[in-house]
Amino acid sequence: MGMLKKAALAAVGLLLTAGSVTAQTTLKWLHIEVNPNQVKIWEEVARDFEAKNPGTKIEMQFLENEAYKAKLPTILQSKDRPHIIYSWAGGVLRAQVEAGVVEDLTPAMQGYKDNLAPAAVTAFTVDGKIYGVPHAQSQVGFMVNKELMAKGGVDPSKVKTWDDLLDAVKKLKAAGITPIVVGGADKWPLHFFWTNLAVRLGGKPGFDAALKGENGGFAGETFLKSGELFKQLVDLQPFQTGFLGFKNPQAVGSFGDGKAAMILAISSFYHSQKALSADKKGISDDNIAWFDFPTVPGGKGDPSDTLGGINGWLVTKGAPKEAAAFVKHFVSPEVQKRLAAGNFLVPTYKGADEGLASPFMRNIAQNLAKSKYHQNFYDQDLGPNVGRVVNDATTELAGGSMTPQQAAKSIQDAYKQGN
Amino acid sequence: MTALAARRPLQSGKLTAILLFLPPALLLFSIFVVLPILEAAWYSGFNWNGFGTPKNWIGLDNYRFVFETRAFGLAFRNNMLIIAVSLLVQLPLALTLAILLAERFRGAVVLRMLFFMPYILAEIATGLIFSFVYDGEYGLLAAIWRIFGAEAPHLLASPQTSMLAILIVIVWKYFGFHMMLFIAALQGLDRNLIEAARIDGASRSQTIRYVIIPLLYPTIRLSAFFAVVGSLQLFDLVMPLTRGGPADSSQTMVSFLYTFGVTRMRVGFGSAVGVILFVICVTFAFTYKRWFMRDE
Repeated sequence: MGMLKKAALAAVGLLLTAGSVTAQTTLKWLHIEVNPNQVKIWEEVARDFEAKNPGTKIEMQFLENEAYKAKLPTILQSKDRPHIIYSWAGGVLRAQVEAGVVEDLTPAMQGYKDNLAPAAVTAFTVDGKIYGVPHAQSQVGFMVNKELMAKGGVDPSKVKTWDDLLDAVKKLKAAGITPIVVGGADKWPLHFFWTNLAVRLGGKPGFDAALKGENGGFAGETFLKSGELFKQLVDLQPFQTGFLGFKNPQAVGSFGDGKAAMILAISSFYHSQKALSADKKGISDDNIAWFDFPTVPGGKGDPSDTLGGINGWLVTKGAPKEAAAFVKHFVSPEVQKRLAAGNFLVPTYKGADEGLASPFMRNIAQNLAKSKYHQNFYDQDLGPNVGRVVNDATTELAGGSMTPQQAAKSIQDAYKQGN
Repeated sequence: MTALAARRPLQSGKLTAILLFLPPALLLFSIFVVLPILEAAWYSGFNWNGFGTPKNWIGLDNYRFVFETRAFGLAFRNNMLIIAVSLLVQLPLALTLAILLAERFRGAVVLRMLFFMPYILAEIATGLIFSFVYDGEYGLLAAIWRIFGAEAPHLLASPQTSMLAILIVIVWKYFGFHMMLFIAALQGLDRNLIEAARIDGASRSQTIRYVIIPLLYPTIRLSAFFAVVGSLQLFDLVMPLTRGGPADSSQTMVSFLYTFGVTRMRVGFGSAVGVILFVICVTFAFTYKRWFMRDE
């Protein structure tokens, strides 16, 4: 009898352990981060979460930025879709919400959301429901190589207006220095010029009016003027030779190699210019400077307005409940402080920006805190189709195959056609 | 009676064969070929982003949008350009080399292998290799240019030269395949005819012009057919090289479909492009078969 009992117990024990083995959940986490130093920390965060939540495994998957955007719609409809995905919020998020492929995180965010920067949470709110957890913010502006600027006789801290910028370009060109490097093959780096000009020219009212189709929409005066001002710059041929064939990582790496004086950058390029440069060191901290996008005469926007990104994580429909927990763990004060200490991002968790070690990133964090109108990247904000048309049109402007009128009209046409 | 009785088992044998062997092929063909084509035709009537089920029926509007897009015109022009270059440059080149290398001489086999090699290489790999070759800063071409003390052009970065750069890669990659087709055909030729021509006093060029090439007509027609169909479907070489850019100057119809349909989540629009491409291919295939390949 005793033997039998023992055997039965052993069998039950086996069954139980077997049960706990099958209860193992795997979270598939799809990201687009290319900086190995940052990915290393992310991996550690994942391992840490696994240790705290036995039975949960996190599988990191990677896709390159452009490939990710192209494949996402297909990936999201597969049964084998990842549980946590990267997002820039905006119109693309709206399309995903309308399609019903992302999970409503409002209940999971209850209470927790007050710890995050309100503007970032708002960006991930669609029709009153929160669909994502923002983890980083960024600003678009000019990142410059001080040494090359000095060689061209330009003081970066004095570039305040659009004319100042045009002057700087002329001086740099005269000194035989490539003024601006840009990843034109990816198109979106070029759309920053046009959209940033629109932010300066029209401010928030200008963009909102265009969305409502007022004042001629995106073919209206603000956007026409953006194109014209952009063309003033393009006519100076400020970009590196062959800029339409450069992908963004190449361009950022080229800046890191000291081949151009300026790059219209997302603030996070501060880090990627090091990782993508040939010597993996890039431009050193004391040789790098930042100035905000110049103001334009008669612009209705406030000089403190910013263009930039708000990045976060979405949980896809049907993902295990641990997914939301992990995303919250990822955007916890400890992790946010750690990433801030490495200067990888401007954190969204309140107070975590105190951890930012470099003055460069602290400056960005202050700019974002001051900003009353933070415009999300147009190519994300306007949705997958119109956003891409903005990229196309601005690239053609830069390549000289479209006039400002044609560019603005093509965007307005696409906007009217809808997605 | 006996004849009928003898025929019956034969017929039922045929029937069994049909019942046994036709369904799998028919099933596969319908699931993977016929059904998707019909589906694409159906989707092309909707404004649909690919999520859920299509609801917003817009009739033929997608086709109108396609024809109104400037990039589609460029893509169509580029496809025609690729076909022209395939037929007028690649084919004669392959034929000439085939006639030279079909002879038995030392090194002929090695040369054949060498010329055939690019064809074996995967398209994406070829594209990546050439994007390095063409790179205006670090590329092979730039290095050669520098020897002569000149600043290298960024071929892939200019709307004027991007298509030229791609055409060079296409010819480089596929001429070996067509050359092999011709060599195989040449080796199957009746040597007696060529010898007879020689005995009759025909010069080498006369033999080629009046004997060999006419005998190769069936193969030339086949090679041209492959070249045209391949040109219409060109996609995977373009993506790593230029992604259809700059300013859509190197878009092909398939890369157009991908960039404007798939990546922009406009499944209806993309389907319309697919249907247009399908109609072009089918029309071509049938007319070509009817006009040029009647005898085969």
